[in-house]
This record gives sequence, structure tokens and C-alpha cells, in this order.
Amino acid sequence: MVEVKNLHKSFGDLHVLRGIDLEVNKGEVVVVIGPSGSGKSTFLRCINHLEQPTSGEIHIDCVNLDDGNVNINLIRQTAGMVFQQFNLFPHLTVLANISLAPAKVLNMPVEDAEALGRELLRKVGLADKEAVYPHQLSGGQQQRAAIARALAMKPKLMLFDEPTSALDPEMIGEVLMVMKELALEGMTMIVVSHEMGFAREVADRVVFMDEGVLVEEGKPSEFFRNPKHERTRAFLSKIL
Amino acid sequence: MARYFPFLVRGVGITVQFTFISFLLAVMLGLVIALGRISGSRIIRTPCQIYIDFIRGTPLLAQIYLVHFGLPQIFHYRPVGYIDALVALTLNSSAYMAEIYRGGIESIEAGQMEAARSLGMTYGQAMRYVILPQAIRRVIPPMGNEFITLLKESSLVSVIGMEDLMMRAKMMAGQSFRPFEAYFTTALIYLVMTITFSRLLGRVEGRIKGSGRS
Ligand SMILES: Nc1ncnc2c1ncn2[C@@H]1O[C@H](COP(=O)(O)OP(=O)(O)OP(=O)(O)O)[C@@H](O)[C@H]1O
Ligand SMILES: [Mg+2]
Repeated sequence: MVEVKNLHKSFGDLHVLRGIDLEVNKGEVVVVIGPSGSGKSTFLRCINHLEQPTSGEIHIDCVNLDDGNVNINLIRQTAGMVFQQFNLFPHLTVLANISLAPAKVLNMPVEDAEALGRELLRKVGLADKEAVYPHQLSGGQQQRAAIARALAMKPKLMLFDEPTSALDPEMIGEVLMVMKELALEGMTMIVVSHEMGFAREVADRVVFMDEGVLVEEGKPSEFFRNPKHERTRAFLSKIL
Repeated sequence: MARYFPFLVRGVGITVQFTFISFLLAVMLGLVIALGRISGSRIIRTPCQIYIDFIRGTPLLAQIYLVHFGLPQIFHYRPVGYIDALVALTLNSSAYMAEIYRGGIESIEAGQMEAARSLGMTYGQAMRYVILPQAIRRVIPPMGNEFITLLKESSLVSVIGMEDLMMRAKMMAGQSFRPFEAYFTTALIYLVMTITFSRLLGRVEGRIKGSGRS
């Protein structure tokens, strides 16, 4: 589903990603953890080309992202992204937030886009909120709406960048619940998150990133019980 | 003196006309220039930047003379004062307008563009459906100020013979030999216009704020 080969990314002199290799199979859930500044967000942003990789290869669904012929906007449709800060569109109602992209990008008739939007709002438990504006929602509700918005493009892969770290503790659960359901439905997911409960329960694999490289990966049970690298151990001891 | 008053007031129509027409044209041209100014392509960005810097760094009076006397010399045509006045005012205001738009667009958090792009929208779609609708709300107050500025600055078109309020003030001053009364009355008429339009703009802004959602 996703294949990343020797991915490098620099911002000027700052070499953020230093050769990343990762394969994610269809339906797999991979949780990425790592210290602040290690390049987790940059990695996700490279996968759907919000950042241009400096070198390396990224294949999504067997399409090489750096092949000049592929349409980047099409690739972005295959990979949905959920942001730490939600980034809902404040000038649109919740329903319009969700139906905008299907209507404009996929040229779906507005009624169909809205029907799809309503269906997704039901799925994330916001059926009664379609007519309100994002600022009228709690943080947890906003993030669920943002997940619905990403799903409206029928992505084959979902990227989550610390989806719960801007939330008050009591709202984290409702967002993780939606993500868990998504995982159970077979969605391929790459999740940057330090919610270890979620990683243990939902992840097929946990990956530890530090200073722009993937230091270690493993099944959650194995990974948390018996980390192999010193850096992983040091990091886990800080967050667990 | 009072018999000159209707004569002056007829100039108000011309002044308002110049102001409105060049404002509307500048609102459109300014957006195009602003989008060029923030374009990722240097070939588009640099000329827009130069245009903005040139207009903002030179006097409107010089621009009016350039359009009215300079261009006809180079391109060999007969200048039409009315058109040249509109062109000069529009070009001038559009540069300021472009900077107002740019400020509005750049005040929208980067996350909005990223979210739109991550949904597969093109840059143009993201601008049109996500960024500009939010930016418009933020540019309306400074555009109101630009309108008032334009109303006052339009008095300069009198130098190429437009019979606006200012021109009529000059004529009145010359005929009546009472320049103080002529120019003071005229200044007051400008003041009444700017105050009136400020009020109106304030009301428009209030309504937009009232309609909520940031
Ligand atoms: N657009 C950019 N321009 C320059 N430097 C950047 C840019 N984006 C990220 N960086 C730098 O790259 C490094 C990695 O950033 P990144 O956001 O990927 O880290 P992260 O692992 O997601 O951290 P956090 O846990 O704090 O979110 C940081 O040093 C950051 O300052
Ligand atoms: Mg990050």
C-alpha cells in the first residue's frame, strides 16, 4: 500500500529526514512515536506531498509519487490527512466542510456530496451538528468532523498527525474511538501519536523515530515490553 | 458667494464617479496583482512586486502626468483626459489594494491551505473556496480606508482638466476673487463626503461582523 525508500528531506542546511524506509501493508495500522523535532510531521507531510522530498521514493498504491506523470492532487486524494490543529474551514458549516472537496474536486453533485457528508457525520457521531460552524464545536467534535472531512474523499490511506494532542484529556477518548473503528473497518493508517493505550490496542506495528531515522519497529506487545535500542528505552521511560 | 454653491456641488458628482469607478476596477485588478505577488513562480511574482513598489513609491501626480502626457508620446495616440484620469487612479489604487489583499491572504493560517490541498484541491480551488472567502472579511476595513483615500486623492485629476470638485473650486476661486471661501467650502464638502462614507463603511463592517463566524 505504502512503500517509502531511503527518504531524505532537508530544509536548507537542516537535514530533517535522514533515510527512511517503511512499508505499510493494506489494512495495517502503524503508530509512529518519537521526540519532538525528530521529523514525524515532516515524514507524514512528505507522504502526501505537502512537502517535497529532497530524495528517495514514495509509492502509494504502487504509484511512484516522484514520477513526473502522476497528478499530485490525485495522490493527495488517496491519502487523507488529519492535523493536530484540526484545520476545519471556519467560514463553512460542518456539513459544508465535509462536502466541499467531493463537490469541487470529484465534481460530485451537491446533493450527493451532502448525503455523503451526512452519512460520515453519523459515523463520527455528529449527525446533529451539520448546520453549525466549527467554532461552535468542542475540540473533540472538531477533530471528529475533520476525520469525516478527510474520509469524504474516500482515501485508501489515512495519515494522522498527533490528532489528540491539542485536546483536553476528557475529549481524547472520543477521537481515539473513531480512529479505532476506522482501523477495525480495515483502513490503512499511519498515526503519529503518543497515546500508548491506542498504540497497544490498535496498532499492528509501532515505529520509533529519532533524529530523522527509524530506529526501531515492532509489534506493540513486543516493542513496549522489550525495546532493543538504548534510545528507544530512554524515550519510552520518559513517556510511559 | 452662495450662487457658486450649486456650481461646486455639480463637481461632487464627477468626484464620486471617479472614486467609485476606479475603486471597483482597483478591487478587481488588485486581487489579480495580489495573487501574482504571492505566486510561487518568480516570473509572475517579480513583475507584480516591481509594479507595487513603483506605484507606491512614486507620487500619484507623477503617475497622472505619465499616463496622460507620457504614454501618448510613446504610443502616438490622442489622450482622453477622462479615461486617463480613471486609468491613473485605478492603477494607483490597485497597488495599494494588492497589498491589502496580500495582508488578508497571509493572515489566514497556513493550516487552511494545507488542509485544502490535503483534500486534493488544486491551489486555485483552495484559494477560491477556502482562503479568499476568509480573507475577504479581513480586507474590508482596510479597503474602506483605501476608498476614503481615493476619494481625496481623486482631486488630483483636476490637473489634467477634469471638472471634478477640485477643478470647480479653482474656477470659483478665479472668478470670484475669493479663494479662501472657494477652497474652504470645497474642503468642507470633501469632509462631509469622507465622514458620510466612513459612516456607511462602518455600518457595512458592523453587518459583516454581526454575521459571525470569525
Ligand atoms: N517548513 C519548515 N522549514 C524549516 N524547518 C522545518 C520546517 N518544518 C519542520 N522543520 C524543522 O524540521 C524538524 C522536524 O520537524 P517536525 O515537525 O517534522 O518534527 P516532529 O517530530 O513532528 O515534532 P513535534 O513532536 O514537535 O511535532 C524541526 O527541527 C523543525 O524545526
Ligand atoms: Mg509534529
